[in-house]
Amino acid sequence: MERSRKDVWVGLFVLIGLGALVFLALQSANLLSLSFQPTYRLTANFDNIGGLKPKAAVRSAGVLVGRVAHIGFDDERFQARVELELDTRYHFPKDSSLKILTSGLLGEQYIGIEAGADDKNLASGDNVTQTQSAVVLENLISQFLYNSAAGNASGGGKGAPGAEK
Amino acid sequence: MSRWRPSDLGFAVRSGLADMGYAARFLARLVALFGPTMRRFSLVREQIHFLGNYSLAIIGVSGLFVGFVLALQGYNILQRYGSAEAVGLMVALSLLRELGPVVTALLFAGRAGTSLTAEIGLMKAGEQLSAMEMMAVDPIQRIIAPRFWGGAIVVPLLTAVFNAVGILGGWVVSVLMIGVDPGAFWSQMQGGVDVWADLGNGVLKSGVFGVTVTFVALLQGYVAKPTADGVARATTRTVVMASLMVLGLDFLLTAMMFSF
Repeated sequence: MERSRKDVWVGLFVLIGLGALVFLALQSANLLSLSFQPTYRLTANFDNIGGLKPKAAVRSAGVLVGRVAHIGFDDERFQARVELELDTRYHFPKDSSLKILTSGLLGEQYIGIEAGADDKNLASGDNVTQTQSAVVLENLISQFLYNSAAGNASGGGKGAPGAEK
Repeated sequence: MSRWRPSDLGFAVRSGLADMGYAARFLARLVALFGPTMRRFSLVREQIHFLGNYSLAIIGVSGLFVGFVLALQGYNILQRYGSAEAVGLMVALSLLRELGPVVTALLFAGRAGTSLTAEIGLMKAGEQLSAMEMMAVDPIQRIIAPRFWGGAIVVPLLTAVFNAVGILGGWVVSVLMIGVDPGAFWSQMQGGVDVWADLGNGVLKSGVFGVTVTFVALLQGYVAKPTADGVARATTRTVVMASLMVLGLDFLLTAMMFSF
């Protein structure tokens, strides 16, 4: 095949296009920091995961240490079963506890790890037993309403005889 | 005015089916010619140069302005809810998922699809295609297939350029002009955009649109009546049909890709 002067321009065009793709992958989708670190898997059971989603962050002391790999339902214990992928650079004691937290007031939910004090570390495939469910806003509100209603009822009970006097 | 006869309906249905069958065989022919076309890459290179390099300016400028407008509108709405930093995420997602592939395909249909139709139509009107057949040169392999594959290669690349320029445009407006924190702008975007679900599906969409627009343009040129009036009508039909097909396919693809 003979070469022509247009080769340069076509090559430049293809380069610009591929460069734009690479820019999108790296700068907007952050491909590099996503999945090239080796990871190990843990499982954990939660009573209620709230709005946790796959790929949600796992943080310890606010630092990203892994991601949620899979969320399923355990129909023997009737709990949510969450699989986590943690960065192999970070190790946590066996009695560490997991909490589902919310970033900001209405932000997305993530899992926080609080390190325990055990000598042994969690290894791949371990199950974390100490977990704390997500705070469900509806439960919180109904609890608050129930408490305030109970408070009013008892307050009213005391106030009513007072009013009769 | 003659009276309506049942045979009219029959003829309409039959010719409609025949046209669809012809289009399907034409497409199958072009797909089957992938190997032979790539072996004569100089022809495809010529088309990439014509369809791609010359479309770069309109795609880049459009992308820039779409990014500007998205950032302005997005900031205006998001700051009411106190989340102006999410403007980067909004610009990136709307460009990667929808606007990038669709607007690029529409612009490509107007900028390059029309020229393909007119070129093929005039070749047919000037009996160049018949002359090629007389010389035992297959006009589909020599003329149509390189344009088809050139277009299919070019549109995803143009879409990537459109998206990248649009995101940079959004960055210019929200960070440089409005003063959104640049760290939050990028980190919100990187937190919310998925490489495969968003970027990958967008590239897939643009590939489908590239094939669609180029195929419609070439088919319309190839079956155009070989007169000045016929070529004019074919060019119009290319824009109308390609635009409608892109928008319809976009709905179908979005329903399949993002519904679960």
